[in-house]
Amino acid sequence: MRRVQIPLTLLVLLLALVASACGSTNEASDTQTTAAPGTQSTAADPCAKDQLELVNDGTLTIGTDNPAYPPWFGGTPQGQWKISDPESGKGFESAVAYAVAEQLGFAKDEVEWTVVPFNNSFKPGPKDFDFDINQISFTPKRAQVVDFSDSYYDVNQSVVALNSSKIAGATSLADLKDAKLGAPVGTTSYDYITQNIQPSEEPQVYDTLDAGVAALKAKQIDGLVVDLPTAFFITAAQIEDSKIVGQFPTIGTQEHFGMVLQKDSPLTDCVNQALAALKADGTLDQIQQTWLSDKASAPVLQ
Amino acid sequence: MEGDRRSRILGGMSGDARSVTIALVSTLVFFTALGFVVTNAPGWPEVKSAFFDPTVFRDSFPEVLRAFWRNIKIFCIAEVLILVFALLIAVLRSLPGPVFFPLRALTIVYTDVLRGIPTVLMIFILGFGAPALAISWLPRDPIFWAVVALVLVYSAYVAEVYRAGIESVHPSQDAAARSLGLTRGQSLRHVVVPQAVRRVVPPLLNDFIGLQKDTALVALIGPIETFRQAQIDTAATFNFTPYTAAAVVFVLFTIPLARLTDWLNERSRRRRAAAGIAA
Repeated sequence: MRRVQIPLTLLVLLLALVASACGSTNEASDTQTTAAPGTQSTAADPCAKDQLELVNDGTLTIGTDNPAYPPWFGGTPQGQWKISDPESGKGFESAVAYAVAEQLGFAKDEVEWTVVPFNNSFKPGPKDFDFDINQISFTPKRAQVVDFSDSYYDVNQSVVALNSSKIAGATSLADLKDAKLGAPVGTTSYDYITQNIQPSEEPQVYDTLDAGVAALKAKQIDGLVVDLPTAFFITAAQIEDSKIVGQFPTIGTQEHFGMVLQKDSPLTDCVNQALAALKADGTLDQIQQTWLSDKASAPVLQ
Repeated sequence: MEGDRRSRILGGMSGDARSVTIALVSTLVFFTALGFVVTNAPGWPEVKSAFFDPTVFRDSFPEVLRAFWRNIKIFCIAEVLILVFALLIAVLRSLPGPVFFPLRALTIVYTDVLRGIPTVLMIFILGFGAPALAISWLPRDPIFWAVVALVLVYSAYVAEVYRAGIESVHPSQDAAARSLGLTRGQSLRHVVVPQAVRRVVPPLLNDFIGLQKDTALVALIGPIETFRQAQIDTAATFNFTPYTAAAVVFVLFTIPLARLTDWLNERSRRRRAAAGIAA
């Protein structure tokens, strides 16, 4: 008899599963219908603090990756954070995030930071942050999947090398043709190598900035391509006897960083309004002066 | 015994028409229900476009496949080295007598430690650490060091598989060989090891399927292989379908290997049965 019983038990279990799944679908649509009137009754300013649809009510939840690197973040790391502390308000992105939060009406203690690894910023399903600020470059393809805020920083790529490297004296992109270059994975730095420099040697790719720095130190690559502010951090704090060989000219459209939000989030417009206000009154410029000013100039490779 | 092979798939049933029908219906209901639950989930359209986007798949698959060539090369080189190195360790560990104690102890420490260390750490330590020593004659190439790391780690596992094989050869085999005038070394070489290796081929292949997937860890120290290529494409599109493409490539490679393992298993089982040796 056992041979009949097993498939039957399986059947019963499956039917239960199907039934429960149908049940949960209904619940989901129920909550959607109950939620709908709330969003429609916005006669008031949709960007007013109490009208915002937030992950956690009354709190602006901002995401970034851990470790949080200078000069984007500053302060002494606390709790789960490594290298820097996003909650310090120090560093460019931390300062920008708090300035945007202030524009939206959130006091400093109403801002909550959460760790969002790069991949999690665009995973399907609901996000666990209101916006993510993590040196993520806007591209049209990426913008099909998530919402990007307007630019909060126009960025240029650059190449870092050891002083002893064969490319330390390079003055043009052509001088990098025979170099073995590396870049952190998933970055526009890597895209710049493959699309614009097109070196004869296949570029190397690293999970983290630290892995790229380790490879540069071990002389496995001649140069590491990163955005310019990061290049200043690497040469100043991470590798002695290294230099910024130069920054790359913009080819095509100017690259910029945007905050990442849920696709079609109503918050995107509000963040853009906040950014526009910060640009208009000079606050954004000032923040940039404070945190990135000494990192503005490096020779441009032709 | 006739229905033995089929019965394993059908779950211990005697193979009459009725149980076959039940098995079919049960399977059909299971997958229909699973498909129904997944495709009717509220978030399915979003999951579908994130993981199974046909356009992204078409763009990414050729790149991922090209990068797979690197995995195959690493796999083939590492596999040969592992087979040789692990056998050496296993033989050293099975040497009898107090004289060889230091060697035995060394192999025990080796297998214990290397099986405990995460492969990721071995790859980082050798891939970044060894070249950073700045010893001029030491290679810097990350693939070279990744292969060394994989050989060291997998040899520890494979040596244990070999050892199990060697210990499964009845001592009377060795005794008989010795009584015929073979030296200990000759007995090991001509009598024990050949039998041992034949017995452990299926578990060895199992380890190699694992190795084949672990070649993706090479990406940690720079080289672009299948998994990394998928990651790059994913970051460019914010769509996870390239990983699905990578999975397809890996599975296409693994399935023949798995079938081969099963076939060898079956063959050795039949041979042992035919020779009247208790399996």
